[in-house]
Amino acid sequence: MRHDNTPTPPARIPRRGLLAAAAALPAAALLPGCSDDRRRRTSGGRITLRFQSLAWQQDSLKVNKQLVAEWNRQHPTVQVQYVQGAWPTVHDQLLTSFEGGEAPDIIHDATDDLADFAYGGDLADLTALLPPRLRRDIPQQSWETATFDGRIHGVPFLQEPRVLIANRATLHRSRVRIPTPENPWTWEEFADVAQRLTRGTDHGVAWPLKEPVSATLNLALSTGGRMFHRRPDGTVEVRFDAVDQVVPRTIHDQVNVDRSASRTTLGMGGSDTLPGFFAGRCAMVPLGFSYRQQIVQQAPKGFDWTVLPAPKGTALDQGVSPQTLSIAEDCPHKEAAMAFIDFLLRPPNMVRLALGDWLLPTGQEALRDPALRVARYDWATGTALAGSLRSAPAQSVRGYPEWKDKVATPGLQEYYSGAIDLDTLRKRLVRDGNLVLARYQR
Amino acid sequence: MSGTEDGGMEDGGMEGGGMGGAGLEGAREGSGAKAGATAGSATEDSGEKAGTTEDGAGEDGGSSDGGTGRRGTPTVRPAATAPARRAASPTARRTATRTGQYAALLAYLAFLAFPFLWLISTAFKPPRELGSIHPTWIPEAPTLENFRQAFAQQPLLAAAGNSLLAAALSALSAIVLATPMAYVLARYRNRLSRAATGWVVISQAFPLVLVIIPLFLILKGIHLVDSRIGLIMVYVVWSLPFALWMLTGYVRAVPPELEEAAAVDGAGRVRTLVSVTAPLLAPGIVATALFAFITAWNEFFFALVLLKSPGKQTLPVVLTHFLGTEGVADLGPLAAAALLATLPSLLLFAVIQRRITGGMLAGAVKN
Repeated sequence: MRHDNTPTPPARIPRRGLLAAAAALPAAALLPGCSDDRRRRTSGGRITLRFQSLAWQQDSLKVNKQLVAEWNRQHPTVQVQYVQGAWPTVHDQLLTSFEGGEAPDIIHDATDDLADFAYGGDLADLTALLPPRLRRDIPQQSWETATFDGRIHGVPFLQEPRVLIANRATLHRSRVRIPTPENPWTWEEFADVAQRLTRGTDHGVAWPLKEPVSATLNLALSTGGRMFHRRPDGTVEVRFDAVDQVVPRTIHDQVNVDRSASRTTLGMGGSDTLPGFFAGRCAMVPLGFSYRQQIVQQAPKGFDWTVLPAPKGTALDQGVSPQTLSIAEDCPHKEAAMAFIDFLLRPPNMVRLALGDWLLPTGQEALRDPALRVARYDWATGTALAGSLRSAPAQSVRGYPEWKDKVATPGLQEYYSGAIDLDTLRKRLVRDGNLVLARYQR
Repeated sequence: MSGTEDGGMEDGGMEGGGMGGAGLEGAREGSGAKAGATAGSATEDSGEKAGTTEDGAGEDGGSSDGGTGRRGTPTVRPAATAPARRAASPTARRTATRTGQYAALLAYLAFLAFPFLWLISTAFKPPRELGSIHPTWIPEAPTLENFRQAFAQQPLLAAAGNSLLAAALSALSAIVLATPMAYVLARYRNRLSRAATGWVVISQAFPLVLVIIPLFLILKGIHLVDSRIGLIMVYVVWSLPFALWMLTGYVRAVPPELEEAAAVDGAGRVRTLVSVTAPLLAPGIVATALFAFITAWNEFFFALVLLKSPGKQTLPVVLTHFLGTEGVADLGPLAAAALLATLPSLLLFAVIQRRITGGMLAGAVKN
């Protein structure tokens, strides 16, 4: 105990302490960035929902952000925060978001990506939440694309038919019959036309088959091909019957037998084929309907093109995996999230979204909108095809991604390039494919 | 685009890294090439220095007396004694070798520069030129529209700020941690330090996907998912082995005799490290920091998986927002944004490059 009167010197901060404090400053500056999800979502009675959108084209981005702003103006107590996602990374990003408890409340995705999340319990069952208007507006065949084990896990709202984009001048010169949605080409007719349009090194058709599986499976629906067959016990088996073989054989023969299809485009994506198409190296390119936007942007001035329906087999059907809006199971305000989805998908808004993405809406009322029935950019052709779009056969099959990557993609690529024959392809798809699926069905 | 295609959407990313399409690849190649060049030159540099110094040290140990008087002066054959016809031949050989070296270097530079130059060209092209079957190096009608669109569509500046913060802090932390470790590994060589160095080298072979899930779970357990601190910690851990390996080489290049001389003059261990070793290590530290910075600046997958809030996303993640399904890209704005993303590391390297010189040790030890 001190008894002298010397004043106590001010406590000196040791230099080491100062240094530690200095070192901690940048870290302290970062601390507000740490996650506090629940606090962010509800403050002062106001709900904030996060909407992760995958819009990526200029018009589509603008429309999505406008609609969010309109909602926020009209609903001060339920605010929606726009979060940007990206198509190539959405699966990984969602997978880890669900795992980390950081998932967005409203999730934009596609039906072929939902299976794992739906079966894994990450997505809410929307069946009881759906407003009757929305339920009625979207046809049953579209609801089926987002239904897993009898539960609806997403609202399908935009879809994309595969079409033939053709050089109109070349078609007219060759005097072939121009197909319409009411009277499309058959696969045989399509093969004949492609041969007639082939001149020297200029091919009748260029198949961009970098991703050959979904293109083949979805088009094979027109000939009755399903490839995946569900047994009575609920398990799935792969078959490669005669009806499944029509489309792959047509493509194979075009490339390897009559040479009416370009071999070089087999490994390309859709965009990669466009320069050759503009230059007249091929007369037709089978592409998604939305590629019209790139064609409008990139085609040389005066280039005359048209949209034709994909060939038909026994029907004009083709498989699609529509874009969807889902709600995370962890979302504490599911009704509010559904109200936002309902707002986003009101017919006029659905039309705006469809125009922004150059796609077709699933809603019947939106499909009747005059803006989607115009001849300009062949909107009317696409709209006429909407009724023939069905659920892609593979999307609800567990193990499909692995089957696709390990079995079907290499198998189809080798078959299309002529390296293996149809029988070898069948053996691979069926034997190896069923081995893969069996692991998911134990 | 609709999800009609299943390209890269179902399973993959965890297996494949979930990388974006060709455009992004191109962009990353550009910067990747740069990073490669950086690391390459830095390493070469260090190698050169190390080589030089080792030689020096060797000479020192072998030819100079080093104050010990144990070795005699080396015998040098006077040039005059060599026949003239034999003197011409090595000159010609040297010229040929030098020409070959320059040719190889030029070819390598062209290989590295191509993606970057093509990126510049694409960034200034209007859409119609992008769809041409006869692409040109120089845009016929150059435009800044791609840049305007890129900034209008995505928060590039905010993302660049996030990337800068993560890269700068992770580089700084990696250096602070790696420098003393490297000193220990380089100076106290025994079986344990050799094993540690071996482990550091082996750890470089671990693929990203091997560690991403355990890392994610660990960070989740300590509430550092969707946190910048968590991401920076991962970047530090990720770049530390290589930084350590690089710095160990630099430390070895500093002759121990200098430290011994300082000790003889009465300097303590800390004083020696601060006043003698650290200044000589500066180029190595700068090169290593640059490597760590560029690694973090270009990193995509950790940032994608660990950061969820839009306000925290880094530049490589934001670049993927220009991509649609099936590898379709909004190519013009993507190229413009990717070009802007490569510039900071390029400029940084251009500024710092002069500091990474091998000549700082010249004359440090008298032979």
